[in-house]
Amino acid sequence: MSRIQSLNPAWLLVAPLLALVAVMFAGPLLNILWLSFTDPEPGIANYVALVEKTSLQKLLWTTLRVCLITTVLSVALGYSIAYAMANVAEASRQRMMLFILISFWISVLVRTFSWIMLLGRNGLLNNGLIEAGLISQPIPFVRNELGVLIGMVHYMIPYAVLPILAAMQGIDGRVLQASRNLGASPAQTFWRVYLPLTKPGIIAGALLVFILSLGFYITPAIMGGGKVLMVAEYISVQILVTLKWGTAAMLAVLMLASVLGLLYVLSRFMKLSAALGGGRT
Amino acid sequence: MAGNAASGGLTLRGLVKRYGAVEAVAGIDLEIKRGEFLTLLGPSGSGKTTLLMMIAGFQEATAGEILLDGHSITQTPAEKRNFGMVFQGYALFPHLTVRDNVAYSLSVRRRPKPEIAARVAEMLELVQLQGMADRLPAQLSGGQQQRVALARALAFAPPVLLLDEPLGALDRKLRVEVQEQLKDLHRRVGTTFVYVTHDQEEALSMSDRVVIMRDGRIEQVGTPEELYTKPRTEFAASFLGKSNFLHRDGRRFSIRPERIDLLAKGKGRTKGTVLALSYFGPLLKYQIQTPDHGVLEVDVDAWRGGPALAPGAEVGLDWKDDAAVPLEQ
Repeated sequence: MSRIQSLNPAWLLVAPLLALVAVMFAGPLLNILWLSFTDPEPGIANYVALVEKTSLQKLLWTTLRVCLITTVLSVALGYSIAYAMANVAEASRQRMMLFILISFWISVLVRTFSWIMLLGRNGLLNNGLIEAGLISQPIPFVRNELGVLIGMVHYMIPYAVLPILAAMQGIDGRVLQASRNLGASPAQTFWRVYLPLTKPGIIAGALLVFILSLGFYITPAIMGGGKVLMVAEYISVQILVTLKWGTAAMLAVLMLASVLGLLYVLSRFMKLSAALGGGRT
Repeated sequence: MAGNAASGGLTLRGLVKRYGAVEAVAGIDLEIKRGEFLTLLGPSGSGKTTLLMMIAGFQEATAGEILLDGHSITQTPAEKRNFGMVFQGYALFPHLTVRDNVAYSLSVRRRPKPEIAARVAEMLELVQLQGMADRLPAQLSGGQQQRVALARALAFAPPVLLLDEPLGALDRKLRVEVQEQLKDLHRRVGTTFVYVTHDQEEALSMSDRVVIMRDGRIEQVGTPEELYTKPRTEFAASFLGKSNFLHRDGRRFSIRPERIDLLAKGKGRTKGTVLALSYFGPLLKYQIQTPDHGVLEVDVDAWRGGPALAPGAEVGLDWKDDAAVPLEQ
C-alpha cells in the first residue's frame, strides 16, 4: 500500500501542463499581487487611492455601468434569439447556430472596425439617412458610450445565447403541455413555468457576459474614442504610458478578486459546473 | 367529492388525424359515458396516445368532431377545455413544491388564497401525501410523483381525467397496488376517466369498458369480460389474454387455454401429445401437439388437475361448445 501505487498514472500525462501553469500563470499572478503592495513603495497606498482618488472611482463606475448594461441587453436579446432557435425546425436551428458561430469566430478587431464603418460620422448608416433627407446632422453612434455598448453587446450575444439555449432545450415539452392543460394562458405558462426553468441558463449567460465584459479592452478603446475609459484600457495605459505598475497591478488584483467573488456567490446558488456548461443535472 | 358529476360525457365522431400520408387515427366513433372508466388499449403505433392528445386538445383533428355533453369542443384550445391530465412521466413542474404543483390550476384561475389552501389540503389527503407538501418533485419516489400528478390533475374538479400510461414508470409490484388505488379514486371522485395503456392486465382490472385499438381504428369495444369471453377478431383475442386458434368448416375460432380440458387417452374430441409444460404456481401450462389443430396451449389448475403429465404423454382433449368463439373473417 505504498503511496506510489495509489498515484494515478494519468497525473503523469498532465504533469507538464500543471508545471507550465504553475510557472507561466500562477507565478506572474503572484508577482502582480506582490507589485500591487510594493510599487512604487511598500504598503497599501495603491489600495487607499481607490477611496481617495475620484478619477479611479469614476473609472470603476464607468466599467461597472457599461458591464451591467451590456449584460442586461445581451441576455435580453440572447434570450429571444435562443427562444427562436429552440422553437424552429432542426435545419433552421443549425443555420441559425452557424450565423451565431460565424460572428463568434470573427476577430473582435475586425468587428469593431466594421461597426465604425457602418455607424461612424461618414459611415454607411449616417450617409444613407442624410441622403434620404431624414436627418441633417450625422447621429453620433460611435466614439461615445452608445458605441461601446453596441460593440460589446454584439460581441457578447453568442455567450448569452448558448447557455440559455441549452437550458431551453432541456425543458420537457410535456411540462409546458401540463401547464396549458391545467388552464394556464400562454403568458402564464411563460412566466410561471418556462422562465423559471430557463433561469439557470440566464444566470450562467449573465455571469459569463459580465465577467468577459469586465476585461474588455479593444471595443471600449476604439468604439469609445477615448471618451469611455474602462478598467482594462486604464491598466494598459498605466503599464505602457505612465509606467505606474503599482496602480495597474492593484486594479488587476481588484478585477480578479471581483470575478472570483462573483463565481463564489454564484456557487452558493447553483452548481458551477452546470452553469459553465458542464454536466446537466 | 372532487369530481364534477354533472358533466363529463364525451362523444367522438369520425375523428381522423393525418401526418402527411400517415393516418395515425383513422376514423374513430365512440361514446364515453359520464363517470365511466374507459381504457384505450393497443400496441404502440395503434393511435391510442394520439387519440388521447386530440381529446386533450394538444393535437388538432384533421377531420371529425369531439363533443362534451353534446357541445362541440373541437376548436377549443387545450387550456380552455378544463380536462385533467396525468402525463406519461407525470410532467410535474420541477421548480415547484408539491403544494404549488397541486395549487397550479387554481392559482392560474386566480382563486382566493384560502380556497386554494383548503383545496390543496383536500387533494393531498385524497392521495395520502399530507406530509409531503413542501417537497420538490425530485425528492419524491416514483409512486409519490404519480400521486402528485393525480392530485394536480383533479384539483380543479375537471369533468374528464385523461391518463397517458400513468403506471409505465413504476415497478411491477407497485403497479398492482396503484391500480387498486386508481380504481378506488375513480369510485370516490366520479370523474370520467379515459386511460391509455398497452398493458392488458391494467385494462382488464380497472376499466368499466375497454377499447382495443389497432392501426388507428377501433378493433372492438366492450366490458373486460365481454372482450375476454367474446373476442370478435384474432387480434382482439390475442392482444387481450392468450388464445388458441382453431379452423373448422372454413371458419376460425378462438379458444382460451383454460377452457380446454385434459382427459385420459382416447377420450374427448381429439387427441394430443404433451410437448412441454411450465409451472406457474396456481397454473400448469401445457403445450400439446394435436393432429388437427397444431400446437394448443392448455392451462390446468395445478392443484385440481392431478399429477403433472410428462412430455411425451398421450392425452385426450375436450371443450364445451361455447368455449370456441367464432371470429370474424
